Amino acid sequence: MGRRKFFKAFGWIGTLAGMAGSSLFLLVKFLFPRALYEPATEFKAGPPSNYPADPGGRIRVYENYKTTERVWIVHGDDPTTGKHGIYAFFAQCTHLGCTPRWLENEGKFKCPCHGSGFYPYGVNFEGPAPRPLEKLAIQMLEGQVVIDKAQRYRQEKGQWSDARSIIETPRPVA
Amino acid sequence: MAFWQNLKDSITGSQVWKSMFRHDYKDTRRNRALQILNNVFLHLHPVSVARHATKIRFTWCMGGITFLMFLICTVTGVLLMFYYRPTPEYAYKDITHLAFDVSFGPLLRNMHRWAAHGMVIAIWLHMLRVFMTGSYKKPREFNWGVGVVLLVLTLFLSFTGYLLPWDQLAYWAVTVGTTMAKSHPGIGAEGPLTPEFVTQANDIRFVLLGGTTVGEVALLRFYVLHCIFVPLIASVLMAVHFWRVRKDGGISGPM
Repeated sequence: MGRRKFFKAFGWIGTLAGMAGSSLFLLVKFLFPRALYEPATEFKAGPPSNYPADPGGRIRVYENYKTTERVWIVHGDDPTTGKHGIYAFFAQCTHLGCTPRWLENEGKFKCPCHGSGFYPYGVNFEGPAPRPLEKLAIQMLEGQVVIDKAQRYRQEKGQWSDARSIIETPRPVA
Repeated sequence: MAFWQNLKDSITGSQVWKSMFRHDYKDTRRNRALQILNNVFLHLHPVSVARHATKIRFTWCMGGITFLMFLICTVTGVLLMFYYRPTPEYAYKDITHLAFDVSFGPLLRNMHRWAAHGMVIAIWLHMLRVFMTGSYKKPREFNWGVGVVLLVLTLFLSFTGYLLPWDQLAYWAVTVGTTMAKSHPGIGAEGPLTPEFVTQANDIRFVLLGGTTVGEVALLRFYVLHCIFVPLIASVLMAVHFWRVRKDGGISGPM
């Protein structure tokens, strides 16, 4: 290939590739928003006295924030870690993402879509759900329980032992 | 060199390539004609163009530039639709979001806007050229008619797009524009020759706005007209327009 032919080919291919490349870059960049208008992932759930422990030692499930935040707040034992305290579950079935229901009389979370069941402390025991419910980051801030839905803790990854996944409280004396 | 030749032969000789491209680049009159005829986009055009018609001084290429502007508006418009919601609550918010926060948002919005202005300018110059060269005369009368409809559709695209930013300029411009429709003879509530039963609650302006004032129904209507309804009709008419240039004997000759 002679010099003239080389530069001609180089020029054409370079120009066209540059145009195609920058258009593609523009398109990809354009499709990723830089500012989001989504609701905040963190919310305040009031003082911990709103979620008293059961004097008899049963695990209590509070549905106060289920419809607005899709979160259950639970107070009681966590047999998987041996801790006792207030912790929060994201109300989403680990099978295919439906919202389970809390059945007070049967003492379990039950998913209406495919029948997955979870113990009150979140571990799956029936139906197709492959793993326990996900816990959310929970902490005390200026006397209030604050929950962050962006931070998830998964039991099967050993993350439930993380201090941020529970607000520890003393066991009630029977 | 032999390597590249072999690579090229193995690609262009493959069944996949040959199923897509029937003809090679052999520079013969017959092969060039087949290239045009067997391409769905190019076959709308004449297989060969008379030498006089390639002179930029004769055509100004204004029809082609109008079409190019339409293509730019289509591509950028489809992208802008990803960030725009046609409701009073969000329309202006989304426009400012596009103008300040979205990557390349200002570029795409300005391309859309200036290509739209360019399209209106170019289509008028195209019409002027066609008129001055007498290209509307027999046998091209029908295509002149199609062109006039395309001109009106282009202006209507411009007008409907005007409302979408939902700012003061847009709102009052469209208020003024649609109030003019009130004066349309026969079908506008205040126009001449309009029968008694045509009121402001059932005249042409009412249909255009989907109500009696420029509100959320009007915004949605203008959005659908701007993004789907008018471009669809214009695309079909453009195909007819280009096809008829070929069928009517190519670009007209010098007078």
